[in-house]
Parts: sequence; structure tokens; C-alpha cells
Amino acid sequence: MLKALTAILLCQLAGETISAASGLPLPGPVIGMVILFAVLAIRKGVPKDIGTVGDTLLSNLSLLFVPAGVGIMQHAARLEAEALPVVTAIVVSTLVTIAVTGFVMAKLGGSRPDGGTTEEA
Amino acid sequence: MGERITDIWVYLAASPLLALTLTLVIYQAAQWLYQRAGRPALLNPVLVAVAGLVALLVATGTSYQTYFEGAQFIHFLLGPATVALAIPLYRQFDKVRRSALALLASLLVGSLTAMGTALAIGFVMGLDHVSLVSLAPKSVTAPVAMGIAEKLGGLPSLTAVFVIVTGILGGALGPLVLDRLKIGDPTARGFALGTASHGIGTARALQESEVAGAFSGLAMGLNALATAILLPLLWSLFS
Repeated sequence: MLKALTAILLCQLAGETISAASGLPLPGPVIGMVILFAVLAIRKGVPKDIGTVGDTLLSNLSLLFVPAGVGIMQHAARLEAEALPVVTAIVVSTLVTIAVTGFVMAKLGGSRPDGGTTEEA
Repeated sequence: MGERITDIWVYLAASPLLALTLTLVIYQAAQWLYQRAGRPALLNPVLVAVAGLVALLVATGTSYQTYFEGAQFIHFLLGPATVALAIPLYRQFDKVRRSALALLASLLVGSLTAMGTALAIGFVMGLDHVSLVSLAPKSVTAPVAMGIAEKLGGLPSLTAVFVIVTGILGGALGPLVLDRLKIGDPTARGFALGTASHGIGTARALQESEVAGAFSGLAMGLNALATAILLPLLWSLFS
């Protein structure tokens, strides 16, 4: 458990370092994800304790967004003034993006309209 | 007595323990409510927990900075959790490899739709330049979105709010849109949720299945890259 957590933090630290040093537009944790992926691919498997720690973090992923979400209270005045255009843009854009992306992926990826998936594709 | 309670409140509010514990308690209460009510989209636990905490902070006159001193311990875990997305991705990598071309096409269409529709609607409805460019990267994971907005002249902390609202909305209503369109393929559902609503969409996709979660996490990473490259080009048309 301690080893697994250390391994995940080391990947993130390496990612942050690469992100800062290279000027890539990607944040450290996303580069860390690529690094951990490479490690798993080289080891040809997910070590049991890394799987346990990772699954625990991911099964509570929603919780981790709550502190940032509460930050909405800092922008109350601006949001009140621009509520209608902002809300309209976010709602329409997000739902259209989900529909369009899902549609293209389902068409090209080979899913059937009944909700089943084909094994090939 | 009342004075004593106020004293204790002032003492506790100054330590990180209270904000941290309150966040955990309120989030779990929101989850309980969500399950109890039959999982309705509008009672999304993140939305309810955020609303509850904001109400509490405003009612007690507590600043966000004070709250964040405790809540940052939860916020910090976002980084390791993002790294951990490599695990479902690795487990599902055979599926990813087989649909690489479809993924690339969906990514381009999805990323451009997310930026283009937000900019177009905001522009037509009269948003100023600062709000517009803060809004454009809303579908991208918060740290990248904030970086992009800042580079183009937006307000990073405003972008963070738009990102979270987009995530909550996509996570809550996205599955209903996909149901309505009869898109049942978990790879398509996951990829759509991750492209449009980053980590919060991914959290929702992980609840559907590991396949959906893996594709959503992948979409989140790819769309961060795509938006960082494409938004400056698209923005030059508006400014």
C-alpha cells in the first residue's frame, strides 16, 4: 500500500518535472498517467497493490472535485451578471458535444443501435 | 453558552480539520440522498455537496480561502487519481488499440464542437472577451483549462468554475443524452463523457463500467492536448 502510493506519487512528480521543463501544454498528472501506463506495459501487468490503491482513488473520484467546485462562491458577482449567456453556452455546448462525440464514436467504433457492441471494429 | 459555542466555532474554523471533515460528511450525505432518491440526475452528489458547502460557508461568513486550507487535502488527491487512470486504461488497452482511428476522429469532432459551440453561443449572447476565452476550454481537465485560458487572456479561477460546472452537468445529464440517442456502446459512452466533461464525466463513466471509465480517462487526456493546440488557432478568429 505504501509502496503503491509512493509509485503513483513518483509518476506524478516525474510528470510535473517533465511538464515544467518541456513547456508542453499538458499538466504533470496527465504526463504521470502516461508514465504509469508505460511502467504497467513494461511490467506486462498491474501489480496487486497498485491496483488496490488506484481503484480506491478512482472509486471516489467525484469527491475530489468538491473543493474546487466550492470555488464558485468567489465569482458570484460576475456569474450573476452573465448568468444567462454562460449557462446557455455551457448547457448547449456540453450536451451537443456529448451527443456528437458519442454518435461519431458509435458509428465508427461499430456499436449497434440496440445498445449492443460488436467484438471486432 | 451561545458565546461559548461561537468561541468554539471560531477556534475550529481556523483549523483545517473542520473543512476537511465537513467536506467528507456533506459529500457522503449527498451520496446517501442520491441513492435514496433513486439516483436522479439533478441530485448529482458533487452538485448537492457543492451547493450544501457554499450555503454553509456563506451562512457562517467563512471565506473560501479558509475552507480551502482544510479541503486542499482532498483537492490534492486529484493528481494521484489522474495518474491512476493509467490502470483502467492499461486493462482495456486491447479495445483502445482496435478502435484507434475511430477515437482520433471522435476526438477531433468532439474537441472542436466543445470549443466552437461555447464560443459561438457566448459571442452571440454578448459575453465579453475575458469571459469568452475563460469559457472556451471548459471541457478540459481543470489544470490544463486554467493554463490555456491564462495564456489567451482569460481568468484562470473563472475557468475553474466553468470547468467544474461543465463536468457536473455532463456527468449528470450526459448519460441521459446518450440513452436518448440509443448509444449503448460503453466505449462510445465513455469517450463522449470524457471529451465533453473531463474528470467528472470520467467519474460518472467509471460507475457505468470499467470499459467506459478507461475510454473516458483516455478522452480526457487526449482532449486536454487537442484543446491546448487547437484553441489558440480558433481564438484568433474571434479576436
